[in-house]
Amino acid sequence: MTLTQPELVPFEQALTRYEPVMGLEVHVELNTATKMFCGCPTTFGGEPNTHVCPVCLGLPGSLPVVNGKAVESAIRIGLALNCEIAEWCRFARKNYFYPDMPKNFQTSQYDEPIAFDGWTEVEVDGETYRIEIERAHMEEDTGKSTHVGGATGRIHGAEHSLLDYNRAGIPLIEIVTKPIFVPGGKAPAVARAYVQQLRDLMLALDVSDVRMDQGSLRADVNLSLRPHGVTTLGTRSETKNVNSFRSVERAVRYEVSRHAGILDSGQRVVQETRHFHEDTGTTSPGREKSDAEDYRYFPEPDLAPVAPSREWVEELRATLPEPPAERRRRLQAEWGFSDLEMRDTVGAGALDLVASTIASGASPQAARKWWLSELARRANEQGVELSALAITPAQVARIQALVDEGKINDKLARQVFDGVLAGEGEPDEVVEKRGLAVVSDEGALSEAVDRAIAANPDVAEKIRGGKVQAAGALIGAVMKEMRGQADAGRVRELIVEKLS
Amino acid sequence: MGGTTDLAELTGAELADALAAGETTSVEATRACLDRIEALDGTLGSFLHVDAEGALAAAAEADERRSAASPASPLDGVPVAVKDLLCTVGQPTTAGSRILEGWVPPYDATVVTRLRRAGLPILGKTNLDEFAMGSSTEHSAYGPTRNPWDTERTPGGSGGGSAAAVAARLAPLAIGTDTGGSIRQPGALTGTVGVKPTYGGVSRYGIVAMASSLDQAGPVTRTVLDAALLHEVIGGHDPLDSTSIDAPVPPVVEAARRGDVAGLRIGVVKELGGEGFQSGVQARFEESVQLLTEAGATVVEVSCPSFAHALAAYYLVMPSEVSSNLARFDAMRYGLRVFPEGVDDPSAEQVMAATRDAGFGDEVKRRIILGTYALSSGYYDAYYGSAQKVRALVARDFGRAFEQADVLVSPTAPTTAFRMGEKLDDPLAMYLQDVATIPANLAGVPGLSLPAGLAEDGLPVGVQFLAPLQADDRLYNAAAALERLLLEKWGGPLLAPSATEEVSA
Repeated sequence: MTLTQPELVPFEQALTRYEPVMGLEVHVELNTATKMFCGCPTTFGGEPNTHVCPVCLGLPGSLPVVNGKAVESAIRIGLALNCEIAEWCRFARKNYFYPDMPKNFQTSQYDEPIAFDGWTEVEVDGETYRIEIERAHMEEDTGKSTHVGGATGRIHGAEHSLLDYNRAGIPLIEIVTKPIFVPGGKAPAVARAYVQQLRDLMLALDVSDVRMDQGSLRADVNLSLRPHGVTTLGTRSETKNVNSFRSVERAVRYEVSRHAGILDSGQRVVQETRHFHEDTGTTSPGREKSDAEDYRYFPEPDLAPVAPSREWVEELRATLPEPPAERRRRLQAEWGFSDLEMRDTVGAGALDLVASTIASGASPQAARKWWLSELARRANEQGVELSALAITPAQVARIQALVDEGKINDKLARQVFDGVLAGEGEPDEVVEKRGLAVVSDEGALSEAVDRAIAANPDVAEKIRGGKVQAAGALIGAVMKEMRGQADAGRVRELIVEKLS
Repeated sequence: MGGTTDLAELTGAELADALAAGETTSVEATRACLDRIEALDGTLGSFLHVDAEGALAAAAEADERRSAASPASPLDGVPVAVKDLLCTVGQPTTAGSRILEGWVPPYDATVVTRLRRAGLPILGKTNLDEFAMGSSTEHSAYGPTRNPWDTERTPGGSGGGSAAAVAARLAPLAIGTDTGGSIRQPGALTGTVGVKPTYGGVSRYGIVAMASSLDQAGPVTRTVLDAALLHEVIGGHDPLDSTSIDAPVPPVVEAARRGDVAGLRIGVVKELGGEGFQSGVQARFEESVQLLTEAGATVVEVSCPSFAHALAAYYLVMPSEVSSNLARFDAMRYGLRVFPEGVDDPSAEQVMAATRDAGFGDEVKRRIILGTYALSSGYYDAYYGSAQKVRALVARDFGRAFEQADVLVSPTAPTTAFRMGEKLDDPLAMYLQDVATIPANLAGVPGLSLPAGLAEDGLPVGVQFLAPLQADDRLYNAAAALERLLLEKWGGPLLAPSATEEVSA
């Protein structure tokens, strides 16, 4: 008997009957120079199987040695998430067979994580939500399989698979939350805000490049539903490798709809891993995963226990950046943003970008304006995060400076953004190459104003009569004639001069 | 062939002296060993691979250093055989298994690096039970090794190849590995000296792992001094092995030269002897204790009650680690690859299964299955967890015993060399061969087996010395004293009959 696929239930409708409970597992690739247990480089994008050695290939006889810098990063991450740091902990072997795992076990941490029992706070729509952190532990990444042939690019149906072990042994920190209970409607946004905040935190700690597009930050979304009033947890699905902030939000929404459909139809949710599809915003089943799956964990006998001294932990605590919530409060005060402006800035994932732009000389309002309007629109069009746009905060600040200097106006600035994003060079080069500088030839401008006045006698009469606000129509005409390359402020001045 | 055979008869220290004095050359000595391997090893089967060319080239380099009076080490130019569990660039490393047939590692084990650096020509790779699992060397996928004392008998195992090669004077020195007795028990059964250093005393880097928390490489020789000289070459901290001890090698050579037991407290372990031990083995052991007493040692009886559970604990910890360590042999990256019969387009998983089915022998499969079971969810605490507790108790018993005694002694193995095939169908009887050696592995303490004479069956008996962690020098001191007393009593070493005549007969 095959069960029919239940219909999806719209998100808001699902929330009327069910409460979503989330758990987020985020893998962060550390930016150490070498791998977790050997001296191979961690640089991204090398020719396949060139960043390998007997250890990360798991050759017979090879042995791991812990990367001290990775332990340091793990402790700093733990401290930044308000975790306890273990006085003594071990690595463990997670045993399962898969071709991309050179040893057929992953060296990880099991019941003795380096950091545990922490918390962090995220803000959504002005509300603060506390996320409890269960643990942050160290582990090694696996190699990468590429399945060739077949329709889906997945292992099933593939003609053959290629294995690249350059990634095998890259140090990872896995950060696992406790179950997250928030008002259902907020769940998608809270999930996204949490992952964004982790990204910001990793950047501030300088422990990872956190490039979601390169997989250096990967989120798994665990989700279950339970009917309102029920206190036990439902069966969860685990959606793997959700690779953008937007996808985190969408994955939560989709799984809520899917689970609700299953539960409404009286079926049972299957505990399984699922894959998220960026193009459709849906998930599809991966491995069926039950608690019966047995990784036969046991303490890694090839490694000595990790026992960070309390002195060292305190030294590392002193290197921590300002906590995100405090930083947000401080920056809001410094920049003079309203609550709404600040919320939008944080929500767009633009906080660091705006801060850097201000640090490069732009005013807070100008920095916010460009990132949240012009650039947010472009990022949305391209389906990428703001930070993935090919423009730096310093370049944004320079474009604003060109406006402030009167060399270009806002309209031309948009063309400068086009040029920079298209890789045409620095803002000044784009202005130069595209010939975008505002016309400052007073003679040409003055003639254009004269023509506009002549062509619009009614408007001119109104302005003469004191209705200065009517000048807009004339300014528009002038700008049109000058193909936008005029300083609107100067045009207004000329009009008022000539008509007063 | 008298002249060259004589060179093969020399101990490592004697050969080193002759090389230093310019009386012979490393090339001559190496060739003498190679000739003897050529003549005898067809019968003995102690080598899986002989690297005549590489060994002679290394010997020639050693001779150059010797003639320039700048030897790389005291053993520069003394040939050595290496158990085929250690990775060697330029020579195959099979671990005695089909699954690694023909695999040539791209890197040297640290022990091999140190042998090369010290100038020891590597004669070849010696036979072993597959992945070092066994006590008779009959579980090698490439055929058994025979005991030079009686070629119808096994040399013990897993390091039967190294022990037989040294006993038969195919090599003065060899490297073995000892997870539950694989150096010491073959030492006892072939009349050779075998040492398992303190866990962490010799790097495990590049040694195909059997049970990571128990494995330890060590010397296989004919004299205590040779073992100490070799120990000094291979021992010491290795940053590539996280379990390696960051401390200097204990003064083993000095201890081996001293050999003074006056005032030494020697503890006889009550639980390691008596019932289950062959009477001739027990008799030689007791005579040894008597000799040590006469030389001024104080003998006390110590009790280590948890040793009764050591074998059982060992057969949970060891297979658990085996099941994980041997997972990597999956046909994906190196070694044997077998495609399942009658399957079109087999999946990676099916190829893994077919390869492991064809590539592993029964004993290896038995241990993988045992270990997989012992680590399974729901059984872990009862099996692996309990075994770790026993392990802690064994260590505690050792600690208490070493409060009463400076070194402990026992027979190394319960019997002398047994007949080929005798225990092959009875794994438990085979496992009992290691009953006296396993406690040292569980606790990490060092152990040494010394030839203590011949039993009623005319076969060698070994006496085992045990010392506290990192006090390996105590083994060498006490064993050197007993060795000297025994040699005086016998009027010379008891060597395996030179098999030349038997082979030609």
